[in-house]
Amino acid sequence: MTVQAGTPDTFPKLLLTHARERGDAPAIREKDLGIWQTFTWSQVRAEVEALAAGLSKAGLRRGAHIAVIGANRPRLYWTLTAAQALGAIPVPFYEDAPSEEMVYVFQNAEIAFAVVEDQEQADKLFEIMPRCPALKHVWYDDPRGLKHYTQPELASYESLVASGREWARANAGLLESEIAKSHGANTAIMLYTSGTTGNPKGVVLTYDNLIMSSRAYAELEGLRDDEEVLAYLPMAWIGQNVFSYAQWMVVGFRINCIESGETVMTDMREIGPTYYFAPPRVLEALLTQVTIRMEDASWVKRRMFQHFMELARRVGANLLDRRPVAALDRAHYAFGNLLVYGPLRNALGMTRVRVAYTAGEAIGPDLFVFYRSLGINLKQLYGSTETSVMVCVQPNGEVRADTVGPPMKGVEIRVLDSGEIVLRCPGLFRAYYKNDEATREAKDAEGWYHTGDAGYFDAGGHLKIIDRAKDVGKLADGTLFAPKYLENKLKFFPYVKEAVAFGHGRAEATAMINIDVQAVGDWAERRGIAYAGYTDLAAKPPVVELIRDCVEKVNADLANDPKLSGSQMHRFVILHKELDADDGELTRTRKVRRGFIGEKYATIVDALYAGVERVVVEAQVRFEDGRTGAVRAELGVHPAKTYARQAVAA
Amino acid sequence: MNLNEPRAGATSGRTIGEVVLAVEGVSLAFGGVKALTDVSFDVREHEVRAIIGPNGAGKSSMLNVINGVYRPQQGKITYRGKTHAHMDPHDAAIRGIARTFQSLALFKGMSVLENILAGRNLMMKSNIFLQALRVGPALTEEIEHRTRCEEIIDFLEIQHVRKTPVGRLPYGLQKRVDLGRALAAEPKVLLLDEPMAGMNVEEKQDMSRFILDVNDEFGTTIVLIEHDMGVVMDLSDRVVVLDYGRKIADGTPDEVRASQAVIDAYLGVKH
Repeated sequence: MTVQAGTPDTFPKLLLTHARERGDAPAIREKDLGIWQTFTWSQVRAEVEALAAGLSKAGLRRGAHIAVIGANRPRLYWTLTAAQALGAIPVPFYEDAPSEEMVYVFQNAEIAFAVVEDQEQADKLFEIMPRCPALKHVWYDDPRGLKHYTQPELASYESLVASGREWARANAGLLESEIAKSHGANTAIMLYTSGTTGNPKGVVLTYDNLIMSSRAYAELEGLRDDEEVLAYLPMAWIGQNVFSYAQWMVVGFRINCIESGETVMTDMREIGPTYYFAPPRVLEALLTQVTIRMEDASWVKRRMFQHFMELARRVGANLLDRRPVAALDRAHYAFGNLLVYGPLRNALGMTRVRVAYTAGEAIGPDLFVFYRSLGINLKQLYGSTETSVMVCVQPNGEVRADTVGPPMKGVEIRVLDSGEIVLRCPGLFRAYYKNDEATREAKDAEGWYHTGDAGYFDAGGHLKIIDRAKDVGKLADGTLFAPKYLENKLKFFPYVKEAVAFGHGRAEATAMINIDVQAVGDWAERRGIAYAGYTDLAAKPPVVELIRDCVEKVNADLANDPKLSGSQMHRFVILHKELDADDGELTRTRKVRRGFIGEKYATIVDALYAGVERVVVEAQVRFEDGRTGAVRAELGVHPAKTYARQAVAA
Repeated sequence: MNLNEPRAGATSGRTIGEVVLAVEGVSLAFGGVKALTDVSFDVREHEVRAIIGPNGAGKSSMLNVINGVYRPQQGKITYRGKTHAHMDPHDAAIRGIARTFQSLALFKGMSVLENILAGRNLMMKSNIFLQALRVGPALTEEIEHRTRCEEIIDFLEIQHVRKTPVGRLPYGLQKRVDLGRALAAEPKVLLLDEPMAGMNVEEKQDMSRFILDVNDEFGTTIVLIEHDMGVVMDLSDRVVVLDYGRKIADGTPDEVRASQAVIDAYLGVKH
């Protein structure tokens, strides 16, 4: 499949079109020194032209890979386009990836060029340089701290652009001719999957992949060129890349780069995005903040919030879906909108959100409904790096918490007998880079991609994802055990930050829990409980009671579910340390690596089933500066009440 | 360690220059209490100079003498070629000496940005009426001040609390804001009074990084008092050690560490 004839089929061509047709329209903003600085499409074009010339002069050739490492900065976005203009392939990295994890990718893709944000990233590259001899050029955006570096490979982004500007002047028309050489079937970008096991795999995506699926999606949602989008998620994540790069280029809206990771809330309120994308984790963190702030609010506000949120849960989502709602409730909701929902949307920076999406992992139903009941049109979609995200999207009016919607235009889906979902779609990746074996494993001869997700179609034709196919297990008595489902239910409580459920092949289900140190800390403070840090707080008896209460509420809820009532959690431990990507316990996109955790904390898992009351553990932790240390702790194994399956009320 | 060699671990290219500040034979007493007795030392341009000593050794008094809050009974202070019997605080500030305080000196009810702007007080030239109306030169000037403050906010990585009242910030951040306020005056010499007191390890690392960066990026000469030996030894080019108001050692961190007088003062000595 190819992009419609006559329309630009690569991102650089799209840039040229925008610059020609609407050169003065804002394309990208960045908050710098406290002020939003705007760059128009023609400015972006000029910058990309100079940058591409600079890169070409430095030796970046067609088909070569270039690393892009850092937070959302306009200059890094321009680097993507400039590299693509030359026919080179950008490879974005997670900015918090430790240097060790970068080595493999640099070697695998034989990367010789890198554009990095700052000293931190440059340091990492110089650390791995002896092992990555191909790496020859490192350009940095922010000069801070780099003044006295003498490495010959290092130069500033400014110097790169300046050298390119001269060269471009002498070679007019070069950019256009280079851009014209690329076509839709060429590789646009390579993204490495975070990989829960083994080395990461480089997913090769073509322009056709990204542009076709972005275009289909833009049509479905009626995206306009005046949408405001906040660029705040890691560039190496496909979600960010599609929403803030591919769709940006296809639709021509505006992206806004946040000032720093800590200012997201403020920046979001200032920009008021109309089109918003957030993984469940971000939405969860926002809700936790709201909950904490409400607990600190005055009695009147608290009561008002509780009252109207109850109403919203009952009718809010129905109103959004234009389902019939009683006139009295409508009036009541409108009043609530004035007093609670409106101000709350404003505080969240979501006043102008027209369409919001969540993806990346399953979202807790309660969390999902919370946003929808406020009148925010939050929807789910389904996809992965390999499919350029867009596989299933929930259309307006057909939004449900437990499904991801029907397949999009051009997507074919089948469910295998094993429960695994396989699909074919225009966005489907070409191959894993230099890994034919993995490609063959994922993509069979007929082009069906094996997603590794387990699920089925419901009566309405919506796809429902239960869990990763390999994670879905059975308890010893044969009843279904979907760990993710339990974990999500636990994580909906603001006090639970992370949960890992166990139970496959066992007589009963159990869980390991990470408390949310901010929420629980606040809770403890208000009760006058003093604590020294995470480990201490997690061991406090009142905190154990608090968490026990959460677990038992989940159990009570599960008791009502005919399929899953067997997976009520009989025991739990509160972990002595927070699960961390640096320790390999979470992936870079912060999903729990259940298998790894099960092995690493085997003593705890055994204790959960051994009928003991206490267990001693020692764990290695890696600090942010790379040093390691040992944490030793004694944990309590706590029982939780389970419930008999209740007769379902008629 | 040679003075002109860069600090271990840092790839600094700064060159340590001439003596900018010299304290000679300073004695300070409050009634019968002798805070400082005949203390002499000097500070060279662009260096990080630490003053250490056990509690009550006279470290803070020494800083207060340097920026003119205390008047010593004896001795003289030479700053940039001018010798004084005592410094005048206002004059010291105008001539480029800024400081932070052990017990923070911030306006708790004002935002971070406003507090840092307050640090530029001495540089505001236009008259109060123009400032109130925000017209003409006052406006240009305000933009300039704001730019400078934003650069400091960016430098210290406190963008997320720019508009937050200082009183609501955790202690570690307040310390950073205090440093920002001092930096806003664009000082040539920065006096830091226990910049890391009461901080956890991570906050200390951050603060150390900022101090080194200030020294490196702006070439600011830094005189700091600190309790944490590890921090002092890592940060400073030269260290002066006080005990009971007297100087007992002066030199590079390695020299000071090896000095018997210092070991005795810190670990005690059998009489």
